[in-house]
Amino acid sequence: MSRLIRGNAVSADDWTELDDATAVPSTAKVIVSLARWRAERETLAAATAIGVRVDNSADIQTLWPELRDLPLVALEFPKSGDGRAFSQARLLREHCGYQGEIRAIGDVQRDHLQAMQRCGFDAFVPRDDQDLDDCLRALHEFDLAYQRAARDDLPLVWRLRRQA
Amino acid sequence: MYRYDEYDQKLVDERVAQFRDQTRRFLAGQLGEDEFRALRLRNGLYIQRFAPMLRIAIPYGLLSAAQMRMLAHIARKYDKGYGHFTTRQNIQFNWPKLPEVPDLLADLATVQMHAIQTSGNCIRNITADHLAGVANDELVDPRPYCELTRQWSSFHPEFNWLPRKFKFAFSASLNDRAATRVHDIGVHLVKNDAGELGYTIYVGGGLGRMPMLGHKIREFLPEVDLFSYLEAILRIYNLQGRRDNIHRARIKVLVKALGPEKFIELVEAEWAQIKDSYLKLLPQDIERMKGRFDVPAYVDETAADDGSYTAKLAADSKFAAWAKRNLRAHVRPGYAAVFVSLKANGVAPGDVTDAQMDALADLAEQYSFSELRATHDQNLVLADVARKDMYALWQRLSELGLATPNIGLLTDLICCPGLDFCSLANAGSIGVAQDIFDRFEDFDYQHDIGEIKLKMSGCMNGCGHHTVGHIGILGVDKSGEEWYQVTLGGSAENDAALGDRTGPSFSRADIAPAIEKIIQVYLEQRDGAEESFLHTYRRVGMGPFKARLYAKVSAETEVAA
Ligand code: SF4
Repeated sequence: MSRLIRGNAVSADDWTELDDATAVPSTAKVIVSLARWRAERETLAAATAIGVRVDNSADIQTLWPELRDLPLVALEFPKSGDGRAFSQARLLREHCGYQGEIRAIGDVQRDHLQAMQRCGFDAFVPRDDQDLDDCLRALHEFDLAYQRAARDDLPLVWRLRRQA
Repeated sequence: MYRYDEYDQKLVDERVAQFRDQTRRFLAGQLGEDEFRALRLRNGLYIQRFAPMLRIAIPYGLLSAAQMRMLAHIARKYDKGYGHFTTRQNIQFNWPKLPEVPDLLADLATVQMHAIQTSGNCIRNITADHLAGVANDELVDPRPYCELTRQWSSFHPEFNWLPRKFKFAFSASLNDRAATRVHDIGVHLVKNDAGELGYTIYVGGGLGRMPMLGHKIREFLPEVDLFSYLEAILRIYNLQGRRDNIHRARIKVLVKALGPEKFIELVEAEWAQIKDSYLKLLPQDIERMKGRFDVPAYVDETAADDGSYTAKLAADSKFAAWAKRNLRAHVRPGYAAVFVSLKANGVAPGDVTDAQMDALADLAEQYSFSELRATHDQNLVLADVARKDMYALWQRLSELGLATPNIGLLTDLICCPGLDFCSLANAGSIGVAQDIFDRFEDFDYQHDIGEIKLKMSGCMNGCGHHTVGHIGILGVDKSGEEWYQVTLGGSAENDAALGDRTGPSFSRADIAPAIEKIIQVYLEQRDGAEESFLHTYRRVGMGPFKARLYAKVSAETEVAA
């Protein structure tokens, strides 16, 4: 089982990412594409726990009715430098109020993790070449922030100033 | 000066530590070339033609004497003894060595400076009117709003990986001295009919390959809603801006493709969802920010002006010529804003040596409340000088080679580093600047020509803002040779406009003579000395200029001979 970062720890990944061709194992927790979820919704839902992979060009608020009851949404960074999923995560958390897992997949690198976390991602599948322990440390590189975003457990400068 | 509090300092220190670790991992082979490139760019570090280039942020152009001294130190310790002020109120160093950059940044952090987001596809340094706080046509001082925006945009988790770079400029005066219409977002501080303070927002201006003037997308945004509205704009851009073609990725292309109406509709719809969220500023947030800026302890007019200024003007014509050209009115009686010209003959526009920087720090301490400003025309300003000190200041600036009386004149041209330093350049620009300087050396002639903005870029990227020059020069590559396209009639001010091309480009040998012909035509055509170049061009059109520039070749050879 591959490993990922969730809840400030490295853990075994209990979900399996499937492409559209692979048969769905009956007992696993699987992540499928949105297209497959739409096409096979009835059969998939009966058999397993389903998470859905959403393209980074998708309009999150339009999709929301289809996503709201899912335990997991995977947002993709197809290549580093393409930051659309940062906005998607915030929309999902802040505009839609999604409570399930938002997982970062694709070109997920150590140096981008803390920003992802602040935007609402809470699980990260770093690229194969990334050192997971180092990734954990990277989640705490800054212990202060100017702006609040989806997740506001970091001390926020404007709040500290207002309290002073 | 804005003074950092403990939080500002901590964030900058943490950024230094982060960058030190990124550099260490890169040098140890643990971080790939591409990955490190993206990270170092977010800290202003380019790998240029000959060496790395580090761009240091000077938020809204404001520098303390201590900061200027640190820049001198950096020029000495990490560079070849000089720095280059850019058209976005930043400073660049062309020769630092990569392994030393973390130490350089640590040095900068000790004087509340950094290189955060000075390059890369993220929100860049916020620029503003270089006369902010002292101009007599100003509604309010825009700098506290710039600083609020700087902090909001620094390490913004959502907007650090945009389709392309993103530039803000702020203006709060009747005359737009910050070129707001050619920025991705231009913010004008305004009052509405009810007398409330707020902002007019322009989006989608920009130079480069597809020059465009920004569209007004909101007439009046209430003061406390700044962050939510900016987030709405940036979010729409981050999600919908093109990422398939680097030349189509700026927000101006999105605004144009959607049409301003549709773009406004999207922004307003997004804004409606966040305007009453935690992003709303409280009036005390704004007051607190204003309170962190030093207020100069001005003296009253009689103390500031002992009469020596007027006497020296009468007695010393060189001083008078400088004062006429390089001083600007100040909101306080007895004071003036002094332009320090970085356009001396024989020096690349915007370049300053370490010794000059040290001396300027001293002068700022002595005569201008320990502050300096960088302008987007690549000069410096000592903004609060009392008239009684003017003559002594001028003498010292003259000794330093910083008193060229050419502010606003032809040789006060702006120019990018071009082929001498920039790997993207098609053609040299510094050499052309020198040719023009030589040709128009005579300041009386320049005074006669009057206010004119000549702007030059070494390639389409337009770092020298050529498209909004009254005269613009653009370096192009013609089968390996350096050629130059000329545009006329551009402006980045209230009457913002993009220049029109004269026609075929000019060779390296012909470009300076071509500029001279343009000036001759202007002098012949103008309706008295009061009519500016821009006004004349707009009245008479391209015809007479074109006729002279492209007159038959034999005539040209004679002129050149
Ligand atoms: S305009 Fe072109 S040549 Fe000049 S600095 Fe910019 S990229 Fe380089």
